[in-house]
Amino acid sequence: MQNIIEAKNISKLYKLGVVSTGTLSHDLNRWWHKARGKEDPYTLVAESNNRESKGESDYVWSLRDISFDIKAGEIVGIIGKNGAGKSTLLKILSRVTGPTSGSVKLRGRVASLLEVGTGFHPELTGRENLYLNGTILGMTKKEIDRKFDEIVAFSGVERYIDTPVKRYSSGMYVRLAFAVAAHLDPEILIVDEVLAVGDAEFQKKCLGKMKQVSEGEGRTVLFVSHNMSAVKTLCTSAILLQNGRLINQSDNHSIVAQYLASASNASSAVSFEENNAPGTNLAKLLSVKIFNEQGHPEIEQGDGFSIEAEVLVHTQMQGDISITFHLRDELDHLIFVANPSFEKMVFESDGTKTKIRFRCSVAANIMNEGHYRLARVIILNSINVIANVDDVIFFNIVPSRIKNISWQGQKEGIVAPKFNWQIEQIN
Amino acid sequence: MNEIDITSKKSLFRFNLKEVWNYRDLVLLLVKRDFVTNYKQTILGPLWFFLQPLFTTLIFTFLFGRMGKLPTDGIPPMLFYLCSITFWNYFAECFKKNSTTFVDNQSVFGKVYFPRLVLPISVSISNLIRLAIQFGLFLIVYGYFIIFKGAKIPLNPYIMLLPINIILLGFLGLGIGIIISSMTIKYRDLRFIMDFVIQLWMYATVIFPVSSYPIKFRWMADFNPLIPILETTKLGLLGQGTFSLHSYVICVIVTFISLIIGILMFNSTEQNFMDIV
Repeated sequence: MQNIIEAKNISKLYKLGVVSTGTLSHDLNRWWHKARGKEDPYTLVAESNNRESKGESDYVWSLRDISFDIKAGEIVGIIGKNGAGKSTLLKILSRVTGPTSGSVKLRGRVASLLEVGTGFHPELTGRENLYLNGTILGMTKKEIDRKFDEIVAFSGVERYIDTPVKRYSSGMYVRLAFAVAAHLDPEILIVDEVLAVGDAEFQKKCLGKMKQVSEGEGRTVLFVSHNMSAVKTLCTSAILLQNGRLINQSDNHSIVAQYLASASNASSAVSFEENNAPGTNLAKLLSVKIFNEQGHPEIEQGDGFSIEAEVLVHTQMQGDISITFHLRDELDHLIFVANPSFEKMVFESDGTKTKIRFRCSVAANIMNEGHYRLARVIILNSINVIANVDDVIFFNIVPSRIKNISWQGQKEGIVAPKFNWQIEQIN
Repeated sequence: MNEIDITSKKSLFRFNLKEVWNYRDLVLLLVKRDFVTNYKQTILGPLWFFLQPLFTTLIFTFLFGRMGKLPTDGIPPMLFYLCSITFWNYFAECFKKNSTTFVDNQSVFGKVYFPRLVLPISVSISNLIRLAIQFGLFLIVYGYFIIFKGAKIPLNPYIMLLPINIILLGFLGLGIGIIISSMTIKYRDLRFIMDFVIQLWMYATVIFPVSSYPIKFRWMADFNPLIPILETTKLGLLGQGTFSLHSYVICVIVTFISLIIGILMFNSTEQNFMDIV
């Protein structure tokens, strides 16, 4: 079968820091090199994209020499840590930005969903936005006319279709927006983690639609996700990116295993500088760490431990703030979701920034030993997601030093709770 | 099957007008959006289409006509200013709105691809409709002057140039607008400078008829491509104005050159502007 996507040596250079300072002098310098037939001086000094080490150069390669082929009808998962270059790759494939070097050949109509509801205008009604959004995504008015009823039925907002979308709940907004996108007829569909929004039922509907599009209609789907179980169930193959380089392209199961193994060199704490901390100008995630009852980062099986996050809250914040932790094991099982559902911190603006510390304690004698990751941290302001950070921390629970005499090796099972047994003879 | 090639180097002259044509439905919907959303939650609503030029005209008539006693070629000052302002506004709105295309639409441009030229084109079209509405206002005021003040309808062939003048104004606003928009991405200073430029340009265009220039300085009018357009328009509609063939030809050439440069610059900017903006 013919390749529907062929990427050859795509690279992307980004400038770090404040972009507009010194650009005039850099531009002149660039132009002077070009005029003499020399290479762009700034591509030579660029470094590989590694977030953790502070580099020397102001320029980094967000992607470096990425080549791959994709056959028609495949669903390809693109996985990697934050900053591995996944989003940049999607942006290049969906032509939002161009590569610094290299080329891509796409054989067919492309629709990209880097966001749901692009171009929605709050003052327009659902119907008007449906048409506007559909044409932005590349449909013609005729196509939308034909599919209109189907789209509205899929979204489930028939009653509000002639109401301005500013009156919609955020759930309705997302439903309508995704419904438009789901009814595009592209040969290639490019999806970023837009599925992180919406309720569980709707997420299921979206995933189902993607599967249907690929299997039933032979379309190709590219899908960026941190959700390893979605990659495992939905995709047929996967691409692993790390620090802007393509590490491997193979079947989805082995790539997921490789990703989780490579990611598990543990780091029990992470902190962000205020300027580039995840979040919005309402609140930012400053740090997350995991430690045992004695405050040490090393956790033995049987220990209780705490997950602690510090959040910087800005003055404009209104309402309450809450946080959610998702913990997963190395096979990507979701172990638990922790959120302080009844203990919210209510805010009124008092004109100063404050720091909030969230500490979630996990009782002793629950977790089994193994590799774990804090797969997702979500900061919520009332019902609005302020920050959604994936794969924040990787940590290990090591075997207990006080060995149980009668037992050797790791206990079986996802959890290893302590049980109370009563054993007696009853005849 | 259509193939798409994405490469780092985009040929300067490869712009795909057919692709823009494929997105014609989007152009129309964007025009519609502009109209539907423009005066939402205002009491007077679409009446503002009339009030904006009317207020400006009244202020100009009072300031320059009554107080300043500036010459208006013998045309009643109110008609003179209304005519100039109606057509000037069309150019200025195209220019202003297009000069911020990239900065205003970065949230959409950053998420989805479509030929970026669609937006400036839709802006020019919605302003054209505005011009039609405001031209209606001009005709009403003109009618009043003809019936009650005895103004005469001039019959001269220059009225035939009116459609061409409108096209020139639109192209010039589009061309210069997208040149600036391509440059504003990096050098935001231009946005602030533009406010002054537009104001100065307006005074240089709308206030003085060329006939009031001292003969020695007539050549200066050639440096402002809007003057021949507006003079010819006034000549056709109101019967007073200065037409000089060589100024007009220069103006046509300048318009097309700026349009071509604009499209080329826009074209070479659109691929990577998201990294800079």
